[in-house]
Amino acid sequence: MASVALTNLDPASRAAARGWSDLTIRNLFIIPTLVFLIVFNIFPLIYSLGYSFTNFAANRSEPWQFVGLQNYRELLSDDHIWSNFVITAKYVIVSVAGQMIVGFGLALLLNRSFPMKGLITTLLLLPMMMSAAVVGLFWQLLYSPSWGPINYVFGLGDFAWLSNPDSALYAVAITDIWMWSPFVMLLSLAGLSAVPQHLYEAAAIDRAGWWYTFTRITLPLVSPILLIALIFRTMEAFKTFDIAYTMTTQPTAELIAIRLYKQAFQQWDTGKSCALAYIVLIMVLAITNLYVKYLNKVKER
Amino acid sequence: MAAVRTSSEVAFNRIAIAAVLIATLIFLAPIYWIASTAFKPKELAVSVPPTVLFEPEVTPFVRLFTKRVQMQKPVDPQVYDAAPWWEKRIYDGGERVLKVGKDVQLSQYPDRFMNSLIVAVISTVLAVGMGTFTAYGFSRFKIAGEADLLFFILSTRMLPPVVVAIPMFLMYRMVGLNDSHIGLIILYVAFNLSFSVWLMKGFMDEIPKEYEEAALVDGYTRMQAFFKIVLPEAATGIAATAVFCFITAWNEYAFALIMTNRRAQTAPPFIPSQIGSGLPDWTTIAAGTFLFLLPVAIFTFLLRNHLLRGVTFGAIRK
Repeated sequence: MASVALTNLDPASRAAARGWSDLTIRNLFIIPTLVFLIVFNIFPLIYSLGYSFTNFAANRSEPWQFVGLQNYRELLSDDHIWSNFVITAKYVIVSVAGQMIVGFGLALLLNRSFPMKGLITTLLLLPMMMSAAVVGLFWQLLYSPSWGPINYVFGLGDFAWLSNPDSALYAVAITDIWMWSPFVMLLSLAGLSAVPQHLYEAAAIDRAGWWYTFTRITLPLVSPILLIALIFRTMEAFKTFDIAYTMTTQPTAELIAIRLYKQAFQQWDTGKSCALAYIVLIMVLAITNLYVKYLNKVKER
Repeated sequence: MAAVRTSSEVAFNRIAIAAVLIATLIFLAPIYWIASTAFKPKELAVSVPPTVLFEPEVTPFVRLFTKRVQMQKPVDPQVYDAAPWWEKRIYDGGERVLKVGKDVQLSQYPDRFMNSLIVAVISTVLAVGMGTFTAYGFSRFKIAGEADLLFFILSTRMLPPVVVAIPMFLMYRMVGLNDSHIGLIILYVAFNLSFSVWLMKGFMDEIPKEYEEAALVDGYTRMQAFFKIVLPEAATGIAATAVFCFITAWNEYAFALIMTNRRAQTAPPFIPSQIGSGLPDWTTIAAGTFLFLLPVAIFTFLLRNHLLRGVTFGAIRK
C-alpha cells in the first residue's frame, strides 16, 4: 500500500523545498500511520480469520484442529445466534427511529433565535459525550422498580424495567435514545441552518402552508444530512455493547456484540467467536461503505 | 426575517421555545439525578418517594476514596472527638476508616481514575501527533489512491471493539501486554488515529496553501514551514481533535473490560463492577460517576463550536 504512494509529486513544490524533499516528508508523515493501522487493526483481523477455521479455545492448552467451515455452518444454523440478530435488529430499529424523531424534532424547535440558545444547545449535547458504560450504570438507578424516579414520575408502581424480559430491551433503547438524540439534533441543526432563507420567504409570499413548506422545502434540503445521521446511528446501534451490557443481564436484551463477548471471553469458544466476529464485521463494513459514500456526497455539495 | 410576522407565528415561536426548555429539563434530569445522588445522605438515595431537595453532604466522596469496615460497637467518644471532620462522617454512618498505622487506606478508585488519566492522555498525544502529520500529508501532497487510503483509515474506526479485541487479547497474552497501560494505549491510539487523521485533514484543508508557499519562497524548508506556519495555524484544530480523542479514550469500555482487570484497569469497567451483590451503595457509586463525568462535561463546553465537525469526522462544519 505504501509503495503506491511513492510516485507523482508536484515538481514545483519539490523545487521549492530545501532540506528533505517533499517526497521524503510525505512518506515520513503518512507511512507510520498506515503501518500502525495495518499492524494493530488489519493484522489481528487476519490472525482471527485463521482461528475462525479452527476449534481453538484460548483457556485450554490442548492443540487446536482445523475444522474448515464448520464454525460458520454451526453459527448460521444456530437458532440462538439468529435470535441475537433479531434482538439486535429490533433494538436498532427502535432506538434509531426514536433518535431520528426526537433529534429532528428538537432541531426543528431549536431552529429559531432566542436568548441563551447556544447554552441550551450545548446542555442538550451533554448526554452523547458521556461514557455509555457509566450511563448504563446510572440509568439502572433511574429505572429502579422500588425507589427509581422514573416509576415515581410516571406512576408505574414497581414496574421492573430491566428485569422484565419484555421490557429490558426497550428500556435500553430508551436510554440510547436519550443519549444519542442530541447527535441527530446536532446534524439536523446544521442541515436546517443551511436551508437558504429566501426559499422560506418565497413560500411565505406564495402563502404556502406550514406542511407544504416543510415537506417541499425543509425536508428535501435536510434529507442528505439526515441520511448520514441515520446510517451512522444504525452502524453504531448495531455494534452496541457497553450500554446494554452494564444495564441488564436479560437474555431478551442480549445484542449480538454481547453474545460475541460472552462466547469469546466467558465460554472461551475462541475459534467459533472469531467466525462470529467475521460475520458481524462484514455487516458493519457494508454499512460503513454506505456511510462514507454519503459523507463524500454531502461534502462535495 | 423580512416578512412581517403574524400573531400566530409569534405564538408558535413562543410555544416552540417553551417546548425546547421543557425538553432540556427532561434531558438534563438524569444528569441532575446522578449528580445530586452523589451529595445525598445514604438513606435519601433510595427513599420513596424520591428526594429532590435535601441538604447536600460530601460524605459519599469520603466513602469513595477510603476503605471502610462496619463497626461492631459504637465508637469511643474520645476517639470520635479527636477525629477529623471527614472521619466523623464515616463514624456517623456506623463504619470506620481502615488504616495502616496512621495512614488512611485508600480505595481502588483513585488508582483506577489515574489509570484512566494516564491511558487517555498518552494515547491522545500519540494519536493527535501522528494524525496531524498524516493529515498534512494527505492535505498537501498528491497521493495515488488517496480516496481509497482515506477510506481504509476511516474503516478502522468503524470496527466493532469486541471484534478487534479477540485477536488482540490473544496476541497481548503472548507478548505479556495484557493488563498493561501500554497495551491499552496502543489500542486507543489505533482506535483514535483514523478519527484524528480525518478531523485534522478538514482543519488542514482550510489553511491556505499560499501561507507555506510564501514561506518556501522566503527560504524556509518544507519542515520549517510545517512547524512554524502550519502548526500554529492549526492550533485550534489540534486542540479540538485532542479533546475529542481524550473523551473517546476516557469513556472507552469494551477494550478496557477485556484487556485489563487489576493493574491497568480504567474507571469505566471499574465503576460498574462496584455494584456487587446485595444492596448497592448508590451514593458512593454516584460520587465516583460524578467525578468521572465532570471532566467530560467541562470539555463539552470548551468544544461546543467544534462538536459538529467532531461527530462527522470533519466532513460537515458550520
